[in-house]
Amino acid sequence: MPPRPRRRWRWRWIDTLLLGLFLGGVGYLAWRTNTVFNYRWDWSTVWPFIFRLDAQTGRWVPNILVEGFFTTIRLAVYGIMMAAVIGTLMGMARNSRRLFLRLLSGAYVMLIRNIPPVVFVFVFVFFVASQLMPKVALADQAAALSPFWQGVVTVLFGQLKLLDNFVLGLICLSVFSGAYVTEIVRAGIESVPRAQIEAAQSLGMSRRHIVTDIVLPQALRNVLPPMAGQFIQMIKDSSLVSLVSIQELSFMAQDVQVTTQRVFEVFVFVGVVYFVICFTLSRLFARLEQRAARAGR
Amino acid sequence: MSTPPIIQMRGVSKWFGALQVLREVDLDIQAGERVVICGPSGSGKSTLIRCINRLEPHDAGTITVDGTLLDEDERHVQAIRREVGMVFQSFNLFPHLTVLENCALPQIRVRGTPRAQAQAKAMSYLERVRIPEQAGKYPSQLSGGQQQRVAIARSLCMEPKILLFDEPTSALDPEMIKEVLDVIVDLAGSGKTMVVVTHEMGFARKVADRVVFMDAGRIVEQGTPSQIFGAPQSDRTKLFLSKILDH
Repeated sequence: MPPRPRRRWRWRWIDTLLLGLFLGGVGYLAWRTNTVFNYRWDWSTVWPFIFRLDAQTGRWVPNILVEGFFTTIRLAVYGIMMAAVIGTLMGMARNSRRLFLRLLSGAYVMLIRNIPPVVFVFVFVFFVASQLMPKVALADQAAALSPFWQGVVTVLFGQLKLLDNFVLGLICLSVFSGAYVTEIVRAGIESVPRAQIEAAQSLGMSRRHIVTDIVLPQALRNVLPPMAGQFIQMIKDSSLVSLVSIQELSFMAQDVQVTTQRVFEVFVFVGVVYFVICFTLSRLFARLEQRAARAGR
Repeated sequence: MSTPPIIQMRGVSKWFGALQVLREVDLDIQAGERVVICGPSGSGKSTLIRCINRLEPHDAGTITVDGTLLDEDERHVQAIRREVGMVFQSFNLFPHLTVLENCALPQIRVRGTPRAQAQAKAMSYLERVRIPEQAGKYPSQLSGGQQQRVAIARSLCMEPKILLFDEPTSALDPEMIKEVLDVIVDLAGSGKTMVVVTHEMGFARKVADRVVFMDAGRIVEQGTPSQIFGAPQSDRTKLFLSKILDH
């Protein structure tokens, strides 16, 4: 009979102590909240902001918290795609032979990584984007579309009248996240061994084909795990643009809090929503990564 | 001889920082000639052949390959690389492509060959290196010896006039060395110009028209295998051969 695998750890007195301290701490906080703080939890006023009963039709319809949830998801999904494009181009520029491109991409990364996200959002929206967006006037253009296409745009980007606002927030997040993706892609490109490039050169391949056929495919495969992490980061970062009135989950939560005065209920609920999305995704990506690792290559 | 050499090196020097790795090397190689370069590690033999397709730019002297002067001009470099294939010590197959695509893609990109035709040629060369059944696999699924044979097929697909081998068996387990050397010996009969850096002296004896012995960035001695192995002139060559042939 093979020996039983040794247990990796056993329960000791220190574990009992730590668990006791932890539970005691939680209990103390709960007691403080209930007695000293004397806060009356009342969830009933929050639920109607998730789904409400429509008086005219008698049906339950999603309310602003659900709308906010979908805006958050839209921001994150489109945002990571745009950030991936920006990051790939800038990541290539970081490794470019041309000094100008290296300086440009280096300055972009350095600028964004060294100012607080909140400051970036305000500066970007008020000084850069608000000068440009009125000239584009996307909402007006969307209003001129046929009803069918208006429907398509609504499903993809949310309410038409908020289109400019949404796109503004989206660009802001993409530019912000793109700087981090740039560094991920740069590291991915640098992870491709020099010998791969030499092999391609020895076969007579041009510089362009070496980049598109040899270096980038390998680099992008290497960066998939950190990109998944960046996507999760994006979901959380999207709460930043609530500061400039993009009506995503956090913005809607503030709205509900102002209306109902139920600060804790609303933000506990929203916190749980963010956690569930991010945690589920991180487990999912971890599974996919294991699968890919098992498949080899 | 009347025909000009296919590779002509004159006074080629190369520095890595302050270290001079090639010292005014002169070497002529005729079309169809099979040359083995040997010498102790650090003698500059790998650097020498990497200069031929400009994986390393030389710092002084001139190199002419198939009538084209090798200089900074990108078009000259590309023209030469199209005629010169290279097989590396660590194979350097593209890990994200199948064996077949490893052999087909360079043809498609460099020669503009249609895909079907490129794949047909890839298959014919994979057969030549006796590995056609692995065409659909990825490099990581193959043994070292199989990978190196694919790398040889990949070079051959470009129909180069000259093949450079940079220690093609040094990264292989002993039982795989033979399968790779057998393929190279086969090729030696095909009339291609071959320049091989190797420590396999038995192989050198069998296929080389000429053995070049290098030490400290210089060509110390060259001649037929029987001259070099049977009656070496220089003390450096004798010392090196005694170390390598004794066991």
